[in-house]
Amino acid sequence: MDKQVIISISREFGSQGHHIANQIAKDMNLKLYDRNILDMMATEKNIKLEYLEKYDERPKNVMLSRRVGKFSNSLEEVFAELQFDFLREKAESGESFIIVGRCGETVFKDHDGLISIFVTGDYEDKLRNVMEHFNLNEKQAMDKMSRHDKSRKRYHNYHSEFKWGDSRYYDLCINSSKLGVEETSQILERYIKLRMDKM
Amino acid sequence: MNVAQILAVLIFVAMFVLIVIDKIERHIVTLVCGGATLLLVFCVAMKDFDAVMHTLNFKSIFTSEFWYAAGENAESSSGINWATIIFIAGMMIMVEGMAKAGFFRWLCMKLAKLVNYKTIPLFIAFMLMSAMLAMFIDSITVILFLAAVTVELAKLLKFDPIPMILAEIFCANLGGSATMCGDPPNIIVGTSLGYSFADFITNTGLIAGISVICVVVYFYMVYRKELAMADGSNIDFTTIPEPKEAITNIKDFTISVIIFITAIVLLVTHAMTHLTVAFIGGLIAIVTLITSGKYAISLLKKVDYKTLLFFIGLFIVVGGLEETGVLEIISKLISDVSGGNIYIMVAIILWVSAIASAFVDNIPFAATMIPVIQSLSATTGVDLDILAWTLSMGTDVGGSATPIGASANVVGTSVAAKSGHPIGWGKYCKSAVPATLIVVTISMIVIFVRYC
Repeated sequence: MDKQVIISISREFGSQGHHIANQIAKDMNLKLYDRNILDMMATEKNIKLEYLEKYDERPKNVMLSRRVGKFSNSLEEVFAELQFDFLREKAESGESFIIVGRCGETVFKDHDGLISIFVTGDYEDKLRNVMEHFNLNEKQAMDKMSRHDKSRKRYHNYHSEFKWGDSRYYDLCINSSKLGVEETSQILERYIKLRMDKM
Repeated sequence: MNVAQILAVLIFVAMFVLIVIDKIERHIVTLVCGGATLLLVFCVAMKDFDAVMHTLNFKSIFTSEFWYAAGENAESSSGINWATIIFIAGMMIMVEGMAKAGFFRWLCMKLAKLVNYKTIPLFIAFMLMSAMLAMFIDSITVILFLAAVTVELAKLLKFDPIPMILAEIFCANLGGSATMCGDPPNIIVGTSLGYSFADFITNTGLIAGISVICVVVYFYMVYRKELAMADGSNIDFTTIPEPKEAITNIKDFTISVIIFITAIVLLVTHAMTHLTVAFIGGLIAIVTLITSGKYAISLLKKVDYKTLLFFIGLFIVVGGLEETGVLEIISKLISDVSGGNIYIMVAIILWVSAIASAFVDNIPFAATMIPVIQSLSATTGVDLDILAWTLSMGTDVGGSATPIGASANVVGTSVAAKSGHPIGWGKYCKSAVPATLIVVTISMIVIFVRYC
């Protein structure tokens, strides 16, 4: 791949956004960064994995935290910034990759090779996916979806200048319920290739 | 309450809430709220343009007493306290110069070498150094360097840095309470009420001195098991950097040490020389900039202007409360609750200041309380000095109790977390809350025995 490309895939909980990211990474031979960056950070930065997992993509508690200049005592914020720095290092090395969540579109907003995608889905489909994947009943799945989406939204909106899922700020927003993982991935791959040709 | 009072209170509460929510930078919050105070409270509700000029307080800078004060001198407590702002700006420039020369890192590494890198002596030495440095330098800078060196040494010497960082943070806040220039609330109290460096060191300094001894023993007892676990075996001492490696330029280093010592001498003797803290701050800033040569501009760029603007806005908002008489209402409330009993009055001011400072910024709290204690002293006849030392100790020490209580806590815990050593509320408060209770109790006992 001649030109560096960074594909950020944001997703609603249960929208299969992660599966789509996996498929694109496989088809286009791109590295995928998701929760696996925690393992890499734990090894490279010598930080306990349990800490990184505990505060991964978590919104900060406004009432229990404070900032002094560039310093914050919010562990959610500190670990988020460590993740952002880790991703920036990867980008600076010239590597092309896909980043799932983690405010990728905000971290790389000034990067020429950024392609930002938001994956949504019909409520019923998302609910079914969550019920099947986590083996939950409907009520439990609804609660889990609501909890995760709220948390992702708060996490994103704190670190970003725009609202999570606001279509004006992504290159492409897509509903995965209409075509499913396979075909949605194909559409996105085509879009990415066209964009790369114009870079 | 009249319209002006209601508006002043609403603006003050809005400012506090916005500072806590932390969505908008705090200097913008105080400046906008300050602007609202000038416009809505003074111009619209009170129609008193003199109050605007009084609160902006520009005139004071152009008086000779602002720079050289023979006899007791107090900045007007109402409005912008320019002496505080000029002094803090001067200290910021001096500290930037010292940091650039490598002074703080050199001092930390030198002390570590002096105690042969043994964990327990290092723990005690860093606590004492934190308290001593914080007497003259802002606690943020002290903790920034001390915590960074602690993390570095912990990696090399294989010990857990968290107990040491927690103890250093507490001692930095405590050390700051000992002097007039150690902590922003003390600078505001000192310049507003006309106290000298000697006044602070002989009053709050004594309390802080007793407290430091107790706190060192306390933290040692709490963390002795963790510290003992670092047995010092399998350590390659050749990997530890030499202190002299921290010095970036020997000439700059020497100059920065001379300026620092001069600043301390001027501060210690300012009651005798009659040079005000504004003069001292201005002088050390100018000398630092002149001796920095071509780096003067980069030093100026590093000054934390946002903090200075935060102070300016804050003083205006508090000025609004004072001009409208809201603070007199609060002082009357304290007077009524205490029934004029000095013991109850001291206890209320001390514990309310400490508890409030544990959760909200102690700078706006101290700035708000100064006119309150002045009014309280005037109406009840209680010696203002007693209330001033009580307020200083309460606000300075109370901030140590929680991770958000003081700036040093935020910086220290942030440095620790960035190095992979997260300190949550539970871990922080487990040792800091009892330590705070011990020091506030010591303060109360000393104030009762010595002054009441």
